[in-house]
Amino acid sequence: MTIFEVFRQERKGQPFAHAGSVVAPDAAFADAWAREQYGRRGESQALWLVPRDAIHQITEWADEFDLKYRRVDGYSIKARLAEARERAGTAGS
Amino acid sequence: MDQRNLDVKTGAFLAYVQEGGQVEATDWLPDEYRQKLVKFVEMHANSERMGVLPEREWILKAPTLQRKLALTAKVQDEVGHAQLIYRIVEDLGKPREQSLADLISGKAKFHNVFHYPTKTWGDVGVIAWLVDAAAIISQKALLKCSYAPYARIMKKICWEESFHILHGRDVILAMMTGSDYQRSLVQEALDRWWGPLMQFHGNPIPREEDPMWVWRIKSQGNEEARQQFLEGYVPQIRELGLTVPDPNLRRNEDGVWEYTEPNWDELRSVVTGHGPRSQDRLAFRARYLEQEKWVRDTVLAA
Amino acid sequence: MRAQRVLELADDELILGWRDSEWTGIAPTLEEDVAFSSIAQNEIGHARALYEVAAAELDTDADALAFDRAPGEYRCAQLVELRLMDWAHTIARRYLYEEADRVRIDALRRSDDAELAGLAAKIDREETYHRLHAEMWAGRLRDEPRFRSAVEELWPYALGVLDPELRPELARRVGLRVDSTQAVDRGAHTPELEELWNEMTEVRGSAPGQQW
Repeated sequence: MTIFEVFRQERKGQPFAHAGSVVAPDAAFADAWAREQYGRRGESQALWLVPRDAIHQITEWADEFDLKYRRVDGYSIKARLAEARERAGTAGS
Repeated sequence: MDQRNLDVKTGAFLAYVQEGGQVEATDWLPDEYRQKLVKFVEMHANSERMGVLPEREWILKAPTLQRKLALTAKVQDEVGHAQLIYRIVEDLGKPREQSLADLISGKAKFHNVFHYPTKTWGDVGVIAWLVDAAAIISQKALLKCSYAPYARIMKKICWEESFHILHGRDVILAMMTGSDYQRSLVQEALDRWWGPLMQFHGNPIPREEDPMWVWRIKSQGNEEARQQFLEGYVPQIRELGLTVPDPNLRRNEDGVWEYTEPNWDELRSVVTGHGPRSQDRLAFRARYLEQEKWVRDTVLAA
Repeated sequence: MRAQRVLELADDELILGWRDSEWTGIAPTLEEDVAFSSIAQNEIGHARALYEVAAAELDTDADALAFDRAPGEYRCAQLVELRLMDWAHTIARRYLYEEADRVRIDALRRSDDAELAGLAAKIDREETYHRLHAEMWAGRLRDEPRFRSAVEELWPYALGVLDPELRPELARRVGLRVDSTQAVDRGAHTPELEELWNEMTEVRGSAPGQQW
C-alpha cells in the first residue's frame, strides 16, 4: 500500500493546499477514495494526488551571513530622507 | 508532570509550544510528548470508528428517505474522521493494524458514550444533537494543537460536524412537534444519555495538571469544556419543554453551572471495557476485521 | 403502467442502497468505507428521484412508496434482496448490478419519455463512478476463486434484473452466457426481503402518519 498525499483547490485560481493523505494500493484506488474523502460535498474544485515518496521536503537553509541587502527589512530610509528634505528645503511641506 | 526536571532540549520544546509554537511530523519530539500524543490521538480515532456502531443500525431503520440520507452522510463523516485521525497516528509511527489490534484487545480505549446502547429513534436525535455538540467542543479545543498535522485535520472535522448538530436538532424538533409518543422518546433518551454526557469531558482535573493542556495538545481543560457544553445546550434543551434529569443542575450567580457530581467510577469502568455494549461492539468490530483480512492482505497488498 | 416500470428501478435502487448501507463501518478499509457509503447514498438518492416520478402519477409521495407498501408489493429484482455480508459476494453483486443497470439506463436514455430520459442521464453521470469503482475491485479480485464463484452464483439473479430482450447485451458485456431458463425473474421475492422490510419500517411503523 502507498501513501498518496492529497492537495485540494477550493476555488478556481486558488493554490492547491495540502489536505491530507489516503493509503491505497494504486493510483486508481487512490483516485476513487480521495474523490470521496475530499470532494463529496463539492468542497474541492480539483485534487492533486501525489505518492508521498515523490515529495521532497526542504527545511533547512544556510543562513550564516548578513542577507539583509536583498530584503525589505534591510533598508531604513527615514533618516536620509529627512536630511535630503532639509537640504532641498522641502521638509514639512 | 514535573516541569523542573526536564532536559534542556525538552524544556525548550515545552516553552516553545506553551508560547503557541507548532511542530510537524518531521520535527524532533520529546518522547513523553510523542507517547501522550499518540495515545490521545489514537483514542480519538478509535472513538470515531467505534462511534459508527451505535448509529449504523438506525440508517437501516430511518423512517424517511431524507433521514436515511442524512444519517448515512453523518455516519460516513465519522468513518472519514477515523481515517483522517488514524493517518496522524500512522505518521507518528504506529501502523493501523496495530492500532486496531490494540483496540480489539482493550489495550487502547475509546470514549465512554460509544459504550452505551441505542434504543429508539430518540437516541438518534440526542446523539446527533447533544453527543456531537459535546464532541465538537472538545474538537474545537484541538484546532490550535501544538502538533500541526492534527490541528489541520481538525479544521475539516469541525466543518463537517456542523451539519451533524443541525441534523440532530432537526430530528429532535420533528419529534418534539409530533405526537406525545414521539416527545416521550426524546425525553426517555435524554434521561439515559445525560449521565454519559456529563462524564464525557472527563473528570475536572485542573488544567495545569492535565498533560494534554501542558503540552498544548488541547487548548482547554476538562471542566472548561463541560461548562461550555452546559452553557450552550441546557437552555436549548429546556426551551423545548424537556427536563434535564439532574435536580441539582443550576447556573449560579457567577455564571458557573452546578450539577450532581458525575459518576467517575462509571466512567472509569466503561472506558476500560465494562460498558453495557463495550464487548459486543468490539466483538462485532473484530469479526469483520477478521473476515475481510484477506482483502487487505492479498487483494490490496499486491 | 409507467409508474410500475419506474417502481422496478426505484425499488432496485432502494433495496440495494439498503444492502450497501449494511457495510457502513465494516468495509475492508476506512477509505473504502467512505467511498462505499457514497455509493449507497447515491442509490437512495436515485430511488428518491424515481419515487417522486411515480408518486406524481400515483397521487402519493416518495416516502409512502418507499416504506408503506407491503413487502409483496415491491417490484425489486431478487439480486438486490440477498443479504451478502462478505466482500467477494458484495463486489460481485455491485459489478453485475452496475453492468445490468447500465444496459437498462442506456435504453431509458434513448426512450421517448423525456422526463425519464432526463432522469436516466442524471443517474448515469453518478453511475459512471459506481462502474469505475466496481470495475476497479473486480479487476483486483479477478483471480480470486471466491469472487469468481460469487459471480457465477449471482449470474442468474443478475439476468433477472433485466427484461429478456436486454439480457444478451448484459451477457456480452460480462462475458457470460445467457440462459434465460436460469434467470431469476422479477415477480417473486426472497424471504430476505420481508426481514429487510421489517427492519426498514420498524421506526416508521411505530407511529404511522407521524412526521419524522
